[in-house]
Amino acid sequence: MTTSTAPGAWARFFDGDVWHSFRNSPVAILAAVIAAICVIGSVFAPWLAPYDPYDLASLQLLDSRLPPAWVEGGDSRYLLGTDDQGRDMLSALMYGARISLLVGLASVILSLVVGVGLGLLAGFAGGKVDAFIMRVCDVMLSFPSILIALLIDGVGRAMFPNAHESLAFGVLIIAISLSGWVQYARTVRGSTMVERNKEYVQAARVIGVAPLRIMFKHVLPNVTGPVLVLATIQVAAAILTEATLSFLGVGVPPTSPSLGTLIRVGNDFLFSGEWWITIFPGIVLVLIALSVNLLGDWLRDALNPRLR
Amino acid sequence: MSALVEVRDLAKVFDVSAPWLNRVVEGKPRQFVYAVDGVSFSIERGKTLALVGESGCGKSTVARLLVGLYQPTRGDVRFDGQPTDAAQNAAGLRTLRKRMQMIFQDPYASLNPRWKVLDIVGEPLREHGLVDKAQGTDGLRRQVSELLMSVGLAAADCDKFPHQFSGGQRQRISIARALATQPEFLVCDEPTSALDVSVQAQVLNIMKDLQRSRGLTYLFISHNLAVVRHVADDVGVMYLGRLVEVAPKLELFSHPRHPYTRMLLDAIPDIHMSGRARTPVQGEVPNPLNPPSGCAFHPRCPHANARCSSERPALINFQGIHIACHAVEEGRI
Amino acid sequence: MALQPLLEVKHLRVEFPTRHGTLLALDDISFDIAPGEILGVVGESGAGKSLTGAAIIGLLEPPGRIAGGEIRLAGQRIDNLPYEDMRKIRGRQIGAIFQDPLTSLNPLYTIGRQLTETILTHLPVSAEEARQRAIRLLQETGIPAAEQRIDQYPHQFSGGMRQRVVIALALAAEPKLIVADEPTTALDVSIQAQIISLLKRLCKDHGAAVMLVTHDMGVIAETCDRVAVLYAGRVAEIGPVGEVIHRPAHPYTAGLMGSIPAMDDTRERLLQIDGAMPRLNAIPLGCAFNPRCEQVMDRCRVERPELFDAGATRAACWLVGAGT
Repeated sequence: MTTSTAPGAWARFFDGDVWHSFRNSPVAILAAVIAAICVIGSVFAPWLAPYDPYDLASLQLLDSRLPPAWVEGGDSRYLLGTDDQGRDMLSALMYGARISLLVGLASVILSLVVGVGLGLLAGFAGGKVDAFIMRVCDVMLSFPSILIALLIDGVGRAMFPNAHESLAFGVLIIAISLSGWVQYARTVRGSTMVERNKEYVQAARVIGVAPLRIMFKHVLPNVTGPVLVLATIQVAAAILTEATLSFLGVGVPPTSPSLGTLIRVGNDFLFSGEWWITIFPGIVLVLIALSVNLLGDWLRDALNPRLR
Repeated sequence: MSALVEVRDLAKVFDVSAPWLNRVVEGKPRQFVYAVDGVSFSIERGKTLALVGESGCGKSTVARLLVGLYQPTRGDVRFDGQPTDAAQNAAGLRTLRKRMQMIFQDPYASLNPRWKVLDIVGEPLREHGLVDKAQGTDGLRRQVSELLMSVGLAAADCDKFPHQFSGGQRQRISIARALATQPEFLVCDEPTSALDVSVQAQVLNIMKDLQRSRGLTYLFISHNLAVVRHVADDVGVMYLGRLVEVAPKLELFSHPRHPYTRMLLDAIPDIHMSGRARTPVQGEVPNPLNPPSGCAFHPRCPHANARCSSERPALINFQGIHIACHAVEEGRI
Repeated sequence: MALQPLLEVKHLRVEFPTRHGTLLALDDISFDIAPGEILGVVGESGAGKSLTGAAIIGLLEPPGRIAGGEIRLAGQRIDNLPYEDMRKIRGRQIGAIFQDPLTSLNPLYTIGRQLTETILTHLPVSAEEARQRAIRLLQETGIPAAEQRIDQYPHQFSGGMRQRVVIALALAAEPKLIVADEPTTALDVSIQAQIISLLKRLCKDHGAAVMLVTHDMGVIAETCDRVAVLYAGRVAEIGPVGEVIHRPAHPYTAGLMGSIPAMDDTRERLLQIDGAMPRLNAIPLGCAFNPRCEQVMDRCRVERPELFDAGATRAACWLVGAGT
């Protein structure tokens, strides 16, 4: 009988198949690097950005509409050019990505909590509770997610016309998360129904553990696998949804522009030749969404055929 | 001496009808499965009753009814004189759970793969407030270590995860968990069916040792008659949800009376009698959705007559055993 | 030996490359099967018996691969054949029966179609003739009303009936060898008895040899002529079934037989072998059984024994081959 002590959690992780699969996948590593750059650049924007694009006092109208530094007419002080109000594009991108990521992550976390909670409940309770929750899911799925987000956002604005900025953010996050929770609920419900019939759950019931406790302490840890994959991919979807809403003008308030707002603003200048104002935010958006999606793809494959 | 466990006319019916919409649109009738259909038996303290039968006979359902995983549709289970029905005995139910526990068939699914062994075996202690608080945080660890050692594992196994153990070792962890609350009664649902033969021998030996040292009472479910012969004191044979014969072990194996029991015993491939000629066996277990009328075994029985196909035989006391068979009662066989 | 053996397995090695190193799942397995003989391959989980069957049929799951030795069917090597050639042999020369009758049959096709497809692929007969053969096979396997049931789907049969159809399918192209991997494990005891006797009778009638892989010694005792006991990827003992069961020469075989409860048993405790079969990545030096053996000698810990003659059987044990 072996009596060696069990290795710690970090040692187990680095020895595990997931990390090994990561090290062997160039795509995953590249995606992780790009995502890391975007995340670090946006989180530390106040310290890393060359200028503060929201400081109205520092804007130089004379420097407006400058092309990127490597194009003729560009200025090396503004690496990616400036917009119509003289804001440095690079800084605007970093701050914009910050807003986009913030909204994206917050909505994913919220829809995770709602979706996983409802999915667990539906799978565990079964019967009428399950039927009701699933019908709600079906109804929600018949609406395009943008429409749901627009609806909630519109209602929010109508209810609070002179809303303070943070309230606008809150409504936006709720809108996006409510349009995306159904995926989690369905996935978790399926996994919960499988786990519920397993004998370790029955053993807990025989011991006399309360159903709620069984749900959270026994079943939940075993259904997180597919949820993790879903969440990673949903981050990209949430960021894109937010960008779409902002592009349409019903997203973040104009005082804190996200990448979507930047794209919209820059759209007007596309035909007058100042392409950089809309293209660069677009590229960054694509890079973030792509790298997060690729990471999600890799994670799904890594977690799936695990050698036991 | 009164029996520790008494079961009277226990029944469980599952509604397997199609969903309401399908029934209305397609005109399908309601469908029920009588998984357990009027089972009665009792188990004396310190003894082992084995329930045997093939798939669909309801023995696993009986096990789950006894520990409260299913609620009976009808009938009465009494443990040490007290009813186990949740409706009648909500207050006493919690204490009852301490006194009876269950061991499951699949060693791979009966332990939570994300929990450490310490938490798995310690859960019943925590749930029932049996953790030794005087020792501080080490109390639980000490108690779990003792339990692990009593089933032949090491104290250091506390910090490991189930996937680090083999099937036989996992089954021992299950036994340790079941013993945590010092129960008097253990329901064992095919505890060794998923194990290799040599590992099965280890687990069966441990279970017998524990029974002797702790005075445990077992309900042992199995489809393997040779194993049953080794562990049981009394044996009950089930067919399609009903008990057809209950007898002390030696009596059942030397003088099986019910035609189904005889058929089962004849069908066992026995390694020490290789080459023995066997009487061929007819037919298969019928669909539980559509059980035969009268005696459930009559379509396959070589001794069936008109009464067998219309009247269901009751379990009667007969020459020291219990049997449900018209032919035996009438003295025809 | 008057007849040439139908199947010869010589020094077969199967390995699995993993990122932790290469695991040797089968280590120098050798045995023969004579035409028409039923050989049992018995062992506990992890001993490698299913892998042996898979290697012979050519259905080893990658990354597993044959790393050494040879497999000969009627004198011809089959372990190194290209995929197409092996495909022709599978079905025509070798039939297979697997454990789960539910997944062995395609649920979307009638059993008649699956049978006739197999027959037509391997035998030069007309479609009508193939159908007649299929009906005859179903009748032989004891399926009532074969002419009607031939057009039914697998889900319309019960478990035992399905396994009979699978047996019919295996015999459809008149193979000389049948590899059956745990054919009765998923069935009820009374059905097991029926299927075992059916398998035995049909194989004798059709002149097919059988390699029966199972963990159930009772089934082996009832059906086989000879039996090979596997332990940790190696053959521990091989010989006529009565001898191996009643007079085992290898301590593992003896322990195995002793741990099985029998119908005429009066023992209080079953014989138990302490410990467990070693995992593939931790096989001991010398004889794989040495850590658990009560009669272990120093030599066992260092040198791996070959199969030595032990009266009627052959056992891989230094107790038997002490002189060499």
